Amino acid sequence: MIPELGHFALILALAVALVQGTLPFVGAARNDIRLMALGGTAALTQALLVILAFGALTQAYVASDFSVANVVANSHSAKPLLYKISGVWGNHEGSMLLWALILALFGAAVALFGGNLPDSLRARVLGVQALIGVGFLAFLLFTSNPFERLSPAPPDGNGLNPLLQDPGLAFHPPLLYLGYVGFSVTYAFAIAALLEGRVDAAWARWVRPWALAAWCFLTCGIALGSWWAYYILGWGGFWFWDPVENASLMPWLAGTALLHSAIVVEKRDALKSWTVLLAVLTFSLSLLGTFLVRSGVLTSVHAFAQDPARGMFILAFLLLVTGGGLALYAWQAPKLTAGGLFQPISREGGLILNNLLLCTLAATVLLGTLYPLFLDLLTGNKVSVGPPFFNATFVPICAPLFAALCVGPFLPWKRAELGPALAHLRIAFAVSVVAAIVAAAVIDGRATLSAAAFGFGVWLIAGSLTEFIVRVRRGRLRTMPRAAIGMTISHAALGVVVLGALATASWQVELIKTMKPGDTAQFAGFGVKLESVVPLQGPNYVAERATIALTAGGAPYTILTPERRLFTVQRRQISETSIHTNLLRDLYATLGEGDAEKGWTVRLYWNPLAPWIWLGAGLCALGGFVSLSDRRLRIGAPRRSRAAAQAAE
Amino acid sequence: MNRALFLLPLLMLAVLAGFFGWSLLSGRDPASIGSAMVNRPAPALPFAEPRLKAGKPVLVNFFASWCTPCLAEHPLFMRLKEREGATIVGIAWKDKPEAARAWLAKLGDPYARVGFDQDGKVGLDWGLSGVPETYLIDAQGVVRLHFRGPLTERDLAAILPLLRGGS
Amino acid sequence: MLPDPALEARAREIGRALRCVVCQNQSIDDSSAEVAHDMRRAVRERLAAGDSDAAVFAFMTARYGDYVLLKPPFKTGTLVLWLGGPLVLLLAGGGLLLAARKRRPPPPPAPLSEEERARLDSLLGPRHSVAPHDHEMSATVWRGPSR
Repeated sequence: MIPELGHFALILALAVALVQGTLPFVGAARNDIRLMALGGTAALTQALLVILAFGALTQAYVASDFSVANVVANSHSAKPLLYKISGVWGNHEGSMLLWALILALFGAAVALFGGNLPDSLRARVLGVQALIGVGFLAFLLFTSNPFERLSPAPPDGNGLNPLLQDPGLAFHPPLLYLGYVGFSVTYAFAIAALLEGRVDAAWARWVRPWALAAWCFLTCGIALGSWWAYYILGWGGFWFWDPVENASLMPWLAGTALLHSAIVVEKRDALKSWTVLLAVLTFSLSLLGTFLVRSGVLTSVHAFAQDPARGMFILAFLLLVTGGGLALYAWQAPKLTAGGLFQPISREGGLILNNLLLCTLAATVLLGTLYPLFLDLLTGNKVSVGPPFFNATFVPICAPLFAALCVGPFLPWKRAELGPALAHLRIAFAVSVVAAIVAAAVIDGRATLSAAAFGFGVWLIAGSLTEFIVRVRRGRLRTMPRAAIGMTISHAALGVVVLGALATASWQVELIKTMKPGDTAQFAGFGVKLESVVPLQGPNYVAERATIALTAGGAPYTILTPERRLFTVQRRQISETSIHTNLLRDLYATLGEGDAEKGWTVRLYWNPLAPWIWLGAGLCALGGFVSLSDRRLRIGAPRRSRAAAQAAE
Repeated sequence: MNRALFLLPLLMLAVLAGFFGWSLLSGRDPASIGSAMVNRPAPALPFAEPRLKAGKPVLVNFFASWCTPCLAEHPLFMRLKEREGATIVGIAWKDKPEAARAWLAKLGDPYARVGFDQDGKVGLDWGLSGVPETYLIDAQGVVRLHFRGPLTERDLAAILPLLRGGS
Repeated sequence: MLPDPALEARAREIGRALRCVVCQNQSIDDSSAEVAHDMRRAVRERLAAGDSDAAVFAFMTARYGDYVLLKPPFKTGTLVLWLGGPLVLLLAGGGLLLAARKRRPPPPPAPLSEEERARLDSLLGPRHSVAPHDHEMSATVWRGPSR
């Protein structure tokens, strides 16, 4: 009964979304207040209905209702409660429902907290949101119904992919979708602005908090996914340039560019049509990610069960949303009055350089991700585009970006000179050069690219802090806007990420050894002893657990207990790593194949600064949230930024 | 000029969507990795006279007794041998010779000759990624077709003309 | 594992650049698949036989095609892949610079030369002498309201 209620709620939600996607537009065109106000009511109703549907599916999972086909395919009665719940979005249909839910929630948030928007703009934004919702709800109902029944109901389910039974991955998709879908609001604002033919400073102020909130969530989502890959895939890597990872990186890069270009629109009334284009592209790249993961045009470790029919639907939807947006853009954007003059050396010049480089990075990732597909279709040749390619093309473009990042905030608007800005940064520059030299001398013994990259990481931190200190020295701490504090945090945090990623990738120490209980080894200054390997019975798996004792200078240091788990329902083996961290380095152990006779393959890694990758990413998002709490945003949008803060919880 | 610049994003989307649509409609298998061997002289086999210069087309099939998909394609090879008189060379990949012989004794032996590649070195020379894989070599000793995974009825449409035409 | 650490280091380096052909975007160095094992061994055999790194890569591409290289080779088919990013940067960056140049307000007139000033002074008389620091002053005013 409850699944049918959920299904029915979804159908109603589609009907409501259809109303919300048409009448407010008519209202805005005729300046009819009643029709425009309908948008808000419809958005709230739609959200309630989708919440109901999502609740119904969650109930089916928690209660292990095996008359629902989706539950059978992705759950099992012996699964821990957390993974029964996360199983709801651990599959194609459920994750689409989660997507629709978040979309409806963002629509409701605009309705609730967008009271200060002009009526027509709000009506149009809600209308666009609803049209996107129509697409997703129709997709769910016509191709991916999560409430489909199975008769007769089997006694138990097939279980969830063991890789997904992990706390990190349980929360990765919701955060990622909050980011992807959050950019639907900026898209809706862009379309509404194109329809009204007006983009101004006020528009930029309204858009920025939404872009910022989405960006923060996306940052957290990507970081959580990378952390998960780090400890589950078992060889200490944290970013693999897999198509699905790239799919989340592209909207992040475009969204970061959007955040920066919106500032130029707000302060200088320039870059208007470019900012609108970025808003359209950022959400389009989010949709592109969905298409790549679900259509089966590319293969990936993370991809869902793939189906060309669904692929066609998403492609059509992608074309409607992106193509519609871009066509409207081609038609209306030339009418947007171009802003004032800009000088290459100025704050806005710096922000344009930022946009140029970030967009080049996004284009590089896009090209690298899709090139195997292009080449195969055109010539039949198969190529692989892997990490070495991205290291050779992506990283060099980061260098000027990082170099300019610390200089930009020192440049005044309109017209500036480089001299004074660089003078402020003398100390930061000296510190980073010394850091690079020390890294070259101490760690590598020779000057390498890694040492230079180390210098860049230090430069980002030192340069960002310098800007903060200069402000404080001028006695502006009290009056300093939160946005400026947030900027300092995020910029410096980027340096922390760079240091962590670089150190782990360049200076990792490893030990791969076949060991029997009682065997000892030396590793990164530690004594290693494999104490024992014992069998273990988990709730839905059996495992072997190794106990590895590490000693430092003869004294016991720590015990690592990596496991190799065999999930009984799916017959899949997962290696459960064991990590000891002191925030400066990780000691990382995995247990490989083996038996008592031949011994087990034990892998140990010493990953310097590895925790900084996720620490930095978290700080980066924190900077975004601090910026979101800015007074100016609250004055401009008193209730809306509170919404974003609530959504953050 | 300016106007065209505003159309550029739309054009790029059209190109991109064209590729996606093409990919979806062509039924392309994104997991397929192709083979570098096709249209090149066949690599060596683990026999005393290692080159294939039979003067008629030959099928080379890598199999193993521990491989389940090999079981699925096995009847097809029996049929090719009996009905078409095809010359099939079998290479047991990473398999114990006695296990492979017992497997063939039980199921029937479609192979004109059986070779053994216990350490996978021959497989590497053939660009093998696993078992089963099958290569069709023409009368001149050049690889013409390559199949990854078990051979199916559908693949016969490609194999039979070459097999018959060459003899 | 090769006994010579330098050779083994080269083998690891090569292994990280070769794709495990049955895996998802994994190098043979990271993979536990059978084929990856065979390929790792072949790399070490070739190196021990005295092959250069390039010869080892050629050995692998002869068997598995370009697909086996995680970093695609630079050739006709991959021109767009390798040059696409830099091209975007050059075109967009060049376009922006051109636009900035076109739109830049005309530069302030060059300061008068001694000769001109002398002539002007003589024309206007001593009361209207042109101050030589006029332009610097206006520049300071420009910089003034920056923050």
